[in-house]
Amino acid sequence: MIVSRRDFIAAAALLLLPSWRARASARRVIALGGDITEIVYALGAGDRLVGRDQTSTFPEAARALPDVGYYRNLSAEGILSLKPDFIIAAAAAGPGNVLRQIEAAGVGIVQVPQDYAPKALIEKVRIVGEALGLQAEANALCARLKQKFDAVLARVAAFTDKPKAMVLMNGANGLQAAGLNTAAHAMLSLAGAQNVFDTYSGYKPVSFEAVAAAAPDAIVMMEHALLALGGEEKLASHPALRLTPALRNKRIIAREGQYLLGFGPRMPEAVEDLALALRRGAG
Amino acid sequence: MMAERVIPHERAGFADLACRLRGARRTLLASLTICLGLMSILALTIGPVSIPFERVLAAVIGWNKADQTEIIVLSIRLPRVVLALAAGAVLGLCGAALQGLFRNPLADPGLIGVATGGAFMVALSIVVMSAVAPSLLAELGPYALPVFASLGSFAAIAAVYALGRRNGALSSADMLLAGIAINAMAASGIGYLTFLSTDEQLRTLTFWMLGSLSQSAWEQILPAAALATACSLALMFNAHALNACLLGEREARYLGVDVDRLKQRIIILSGLGVGAAVAVTGVIGFIGLVAPHIVRLMAGADHRIVLPGSALVGALILLIADSIARIAVPPAELPIGILTSAIGAPFFLWLLKTRRSAIQ
Repeated sequence: MIVSRRDFIAAAALLLLPSWRARASARRVIALGGDITEIVYALGAGDRLVGRDQTSTFPEAARALPDVGYYRNLSAEGILSLKPDFIIAAAAAGPGNVLRQIEAAGVGIVQVPQDYAPKALIEKVRIVGEALGLQAEANALCARLKQKFDAVLARVAAFTDKPKAMVLMNGANGLQAAGLNTAAHAMLSLAGAQNVFDTYSGYKPVSFEAVAAAAPDAIVMMEHALLALGGEEKLASHPALRLTPALRNKRIIAREGQYLLGFGPRMPEAVEDLALALRRGAG
Repeated sequence: MMAERVIPHERAGFADLACRLRGARRTLLASLTICLGLMSILALTIGPVSIPFERVLAAVIGWNKADQTEIIVLSIRLPRVVLALAAGAVLGLCGAALQGLFRNPLADPGLIGVATGGAFMVALSIVVMSAVAPSLLAELGPYALPVFASLGSFAAIAAVYALGRRNGALSSADMLLAGIAINAMAASGIGYLTFLSTDEQLRTLTFWMLGSLSQSAWEQILPAAALATACSLALMFNAHALNACLLGEREARYLGVDVDRLKQRIIILSGLGVGAAVAVTGVIGFIGLVAPHIVRLMAGADHRIVLPGSALVGALILLIADSIARIAVPPAELPIGILTSAIGAPFFLWLLKTRRSAIQ
């Protein structure tokens, strides 16, 4: 009964109001993409969310929302069962057929382009804000982010050194490192570091010898990858990693994945954090 | 005198036995069909969105995609049910036909490279074509993967066929071995493409390799389901010839079966049928292997029952697996590849244990 009345009100709202007003008043939104969920919360609209994808793990409140699965492998009926008014999705969300089914069932989808740059984050905030009818809040957040980026990037530019680093993605079955055109590579560049694996594109397995030869000054990794490798103590006895300057100088930087590589509103902090950690204790 | 009395009696006994067997088989096929019908109705009724049965019925009868519930029933659930039935049936049936043809209980579309060939072409289109010929991919749109998968399956079958020729005749053993080699080559090709792929491509690839019916859209599944069903029907007509092959190839020839033509027919029909199914569902293993065995354990090796029975059992397994995939972890969904084995394997083992001991 309650559900059907809510449906009725939502339908009436959609009929009576111009579409942007309808969106602004839409109470049931699904966010697909960790960065998008973070932006929705940063705009103060977290209470409108009724669902999220598997990668939406921040803030803590998001974890309590129903999880519709990995955002590239969605299921139409699962999403519709949450009765969303509309969906804000990362551009990579899909598959396309499922998105078309959802749209055919009368649920709008706002797609947000993704790119690994500060400018792209500002653009994402603007689009999400518009979708939620929170233009003023979005403008304010954009201004704050821009200010933070300016400060952080100026600080990074002042560093004269360019530490050599690698981003270790997964240690469970051999080592896998981030190459060009990855979120990890973009973060290293923003933090004023040089990626030692810049000869290939994407995330690829690397041999123990190649890691030893690349001699990174620092190793950046996601917390779960460090856990998979058995923690920092285990790294010291790893046949390849222990040969690197990074291990000798104990410069292992492990951060939560969504914070480090999510490109959400915490991105300026993450860049600054990474830039400082890369140079911690260095001369 | 004695003999004259005994023989009619024995004959009557055999006729009676044959009659009872035929009756039992008819009962099996009938009950499988009823199960499949009930399961289809159940699959249309259950899902993450709760829709009362009478509304489901009204939607199907009215065929009117007016409100959201009707769209969910007609555009999301029904295509999945149709696809599960068509793909499950063709996988089970091809497994039965290939096992019969190769006289090998392990033969199935997955083993001789048909499914892997399709998967290889899909990997190729995801990883290489998107860089080399993006305009072609854009033009094919949602048809791109199905088209490439069918091409791959058919190429694998054609290669098996060409490599299996010995002195002008087709050798079952050579075809089987060639199929295994092609399977391995396609698998290593997929492995290499996985290495080349970007993170995004890799994820698309992985999900496709696990199989899923969630992408079913009418415009894609109708051609695929029609082709799979046509191949299934055509395969059904080979029961007598496959029965003769059970005795051995030479014996089948003596019985008047054109064994080479039979091989040709079954190979081509399996390639087309599995290619069509794999093209829209991704790789779904195990059904082709296990469905025929389940039927054989229940009703014996006569292909007149193994062929239709495998189609029904295959469809039933896939339909049950897909229904569980949809409702197990709402609002998310489980990959179906996990479930076909999780459901089929324990049932198969149970049947194997109980039936084997019953026969002894």
